[in-house]
Amino acid sequence: MASEDATGGVNIDTMHQFMVRPLFGEGAVHWYTPTNVTLWMGIAVLCTVLLLVMGTRGRAIVPSRIQSVAELAYGFVYKMVEDVSGRDGLKYFPYIMSLFIFIVFANFLGLIPGAFTTTSHLAVTGTMALAVFIGVTVLGFVKHGASFLSLFWITAAPLALRPILAVIEVISYFVRPVSHSIRLMGNMMAGHAVMKVFAGFAGVLGVGAVFPVVAIGAIYALEFLVAFIQAYVFAILTCVYLRDALHPHH
Amino acid sequence: MATELETAAAAGHAAEAVGMPQLDFSTYPNQIFWLVVTLFAIYFVLSRIALPRIGAVLAERQGTISNDIAAAEELKLRAQEAERAYEKALADARAEAQRIVAETKAEIKADLDAATAKADAEIAARSAEAEKQIAEIRAGALESVSEVARATTADVIAAMGFRAESGAVDAAVDGKLKG
Repeated sequence: MASEDATGGVNIDTMHQFMVRPLFGEGAVHWYTPTNVTLWMGIAVLCTVLLLVMGTRGRAIVPSRIQSVAELAYGFVYKMVEDVSGRDGLKYFPYIMSLFIFIVFANFLGLIPGAFTTTSHLAVTGTMALAVFIGVTVLGFVKHGASFLSLFWITAAPLALRPILAVIEVISYFVRPVSHSIRLMGNMMAGHAVMKVFAGFAGVLGVGAVFPVVAIGAIYALEFLVAFIQAYVFAILTCVYLRDALHPHH
Repeated sequence: MATELETAAAAGHAAEAVGMPQLDFSTYPNQIFWLVVTLFAIYFVLSRIALPRIGAVLAERQGTISNDIAAAEELKLRAQEAERAYEKALADARAEAQRIVAETKAEIKADLDAATAKADAEIAARSAEAEKQIAEIRAGALESVSEVARATTADVIAAMGFRAESGAVDAAVDGKLKG
């Protein structure tokens, strides 16, 4: 979306793609209004069903291609939860799998030109990060009671350093949801915005547009990688937080 | 065209008016509501249908694979057993053959021994008989000699013109023959 300003400069509106709009007509966005968020999240759910339910309908011992992908996703997240959170973390595997699958599909769907990237919004990533943070903290206190606080009391350190470390640990603990959410949202938003900037250049450069177009191709490939890696990072951090809740004693 | 650009620009300015759409808090309830709905839907689909199914398929496959491996292991064991049985049968057959050979050898030897013994006995009997005959013949010969000597003596005496008593001649001849 490039439009020439009154001043003659190039005004590339990189943020327009992130607008939340009602699907039908114009007007205010109420909490219940079906918006483009609804649409793309719905498509993500549809993709989930297609891959993990329709794809595995055969229950074949020798899997079809789609079933292979579904099994790969299952095995990937299952192993991650087992390795990072430990065997007792496997009880929470469906939650982490749900988060991972949603983020993966939201990220990849956002790469379709003209699509709306739901995970590029702080409201979405922040809600998920807060849910993880609150869930993990509550779980820690339920499982270990007050001894969950030993997570912040690092017995490996010299006694004199421990209070200072405890303060740092507490701060870092409460910063977790912030970094957890902004990492994903920032990656998604930045990638899409950069592509939009290059697209804007291509619009005004005429024949020279070859360079921005090549750059868009390169960035698109990078974004493809980022889309997966960020979902992976979100899921593995969730596993790490879960491990801290299950085994708070260092 | 111009109006289109203008509306686009206007939309852009409208967007700029609120800054980053990510920080437009008026859309937060909407996004959070739909996110919660979406996550519940995905969680429901995953926990009720997809994950148990995939887990079951993976477990079944694992089971099939380990079953196949176990079956292969068992077949291998059976093959080894069969080989052992074959080797045992072979060894048994060899032993049996050897036993038969030895038995036959012993039998033949016994037969042979019996035959030899019988032959030896026969030979002994025959030689004893022969010896007896020889002795008889010898005895016969001696007798003849004395008879001839007596007769000759009697004849010689008679020819010389004497009359000899037969008893005296016999005694004289016997005495000479023995002497």
